[in-house]
Amino acid sequence: MRWRREPSVIPGFGITFGFSTFFLCALVLLPLSALVAKGAGMDWQRFVAVVTDPRAVASYRLSFGASLVAASINIVFGFIVAWTLVRYRFPGRRFIDAIIDMPFALPTAVSGLALSAVFAANGWLGQYLEPYGIKVVYAPLGITIALTLIGMPFVVRTVQPALEELPRDVEEAAATLGASPFYTFIRVILPAVLPAMLTGFTLAFARAVGEYGSITFIAGNIPMQTEITPLLIIIRLDEYDYAAAAAIGCVMLAISFAMLLAINLLQLWGRRRVSASARR
Amino acid sequence: MTRILLIGISLAFLGALLFAPLAMVFVTAFGAGWQAWFSSLSDSDTAAAIRLTLTATAIVVPLNTLFGICAAWCIAKFEFRGKSVLLTLIDLPLAVSPVVSGLIYVLLFGAQGWFGAWLQEHEISIIFAVPGIVLATMFVTFPYVARELIPLMQQLGNDEEEAAITLGAGGWFTFFHVTLPRIRWGLLYGVILCNARAMGEFGAVSVVSGNIRGMTTTMPLHIENLYQDYNITGAFAVASLLSLLAVLTLIIKTLLEWRTGIRHR
Repeated sequence: MRWRREPSVIPGFGITFGFSTFFLCALVLLPLSALVAKGAGMDWQRFVAVVTDPRAVASYRLSFGASLVAASINIVFGFIVAWTLVRYRFPGRRFIDAIIDMPFALPTAVSGLALSAVFAANGWLGQYLEPYGIKVVYAPLGITIALTLIGMPFVVRTVQPALEELPRDVEEAAATLGASPFYTFIRVILPAVLPAMLTGFTLAFARAVGEYGSITFIAGNIPMQTEITPLLIIIRLDEYDYAAAAAIGCVMLAISFAMLLAINLLQLWGRRRVSASARR
Repeated sequence: MTRILLIGISLAFLGALLFAPLAMVFVTAFGAGWQAWFSSLSDSDTAAAIRLTLTATAIVVPLNTLFGICAAWCIAKFEFRGKSVLLTLIDLPLAVSPVVSGLIYVLLFGAQGWFGAWLQEHEISIIFAVPGIVLATMFVTFPYVARELIPLMQQLGNDEEEAAITLGAGGWFTFFHVTLPRIRWGLLYGVILCNARAMGEFGAVSVVSGNIRGMTTTMPLHIENLYQDYNITGAFAVASLLSLLAVLTLIIKTLLEWRTGIRHR
């Protein structure tokens, strides 16, 4: 395989390709290979012992569990929000549409701090949950809420364009032929937006698994209970146990790669379905 | 009926998750009055944190903008083998946990890292110092400009640039007079998003900074310090500044979308 390009009159390939590649190698590939090398250089038994330590396993369970629940909440409510924004006209719609991206722009430390204040036992919303014994702050529920906020725009912003492209006459046809709204939703709307929903779900999940900033404020960081995996890496680093931190870091990196692969496959599937229905 | 129900559910969901926290920030920050807000921000450690954040951003954003333009030009204007590899590498930092992003630089430049001994010999400190903060911030935010520009430039095509070059214009002239005017709004949005993320980065920076007060604490890290000191007003005052930045970013984004009619993701 030769790294050749097709002929073009436009100049600047050499310098832009060279600079981009150099920047990526120095900033991304070199540091990431330092992590992989550190993990691979460890004694295998020690590596396994570190990554299957009960405290580490408890942190995976929490990180994965809370991220799965958060992404599932988002897939339901994110769909409803996207549907509302695409199909209905109501005062303030453009404002809501603009503010969906807030979690992209808002620093995670700010959202964590604000959520922990809102859901504290004497907070605006926490005071209504407290009498029922529902504890949010310093509990897994708080982590889930923070992760829901972080992942929300991913689901809304991937489902929204899919809903916009959905032709309304198909639904009307289904209704005219006697389908109930529920049946139309299950058999007509849902299959059409399913790839987008799954992509949004995976994006939200991938972002949530690695999240750290907002969680530190709301989680309380109790070992075995509210300790997420990224926090465990930081704890190992504070103990100057670089090898253990790198080992857990390798596990997280492997998860990131798996997520990236899943997202690409889902998007491919979505495009195939669109082009298949266009051919029909 | 369904309509009202669904709008209601949407508003309740966004209200609890988005509006309540945002309102909380401003209400708590300004609850004790402007004077208290202003005096918490002029505290010496807080002022140092604001200065450090501004310094790091002033280094990171121009470099990432330069990278973004280069990568977008290379990917959008040419067809070559290995393009998808380059694209995947650009997306990679978005998929990696911020804590891992910080960790990789510790493993490279930390005391036990690859270059640790050499750096110590030459008395250069990167980890627990400003260069580490800059590097980690750069890693976390460099995809933003490139990802904004690549689809935009691919969509615009090469015809006008090819015409300019064929008519005898130079490469730089073509870029500044043909390409830049067409991509400027997308570029502007990429830059302000990169800026917002750079100022707000927490996880990666907290791993490499060492959190030395007045020296290596950025604004988001300082929020955590103040929160742990039970200085709630101070924490929310700094948070309100970062929230204002986020609100401003969204306003510019919305204005750009209305102006150009192009939606940004």
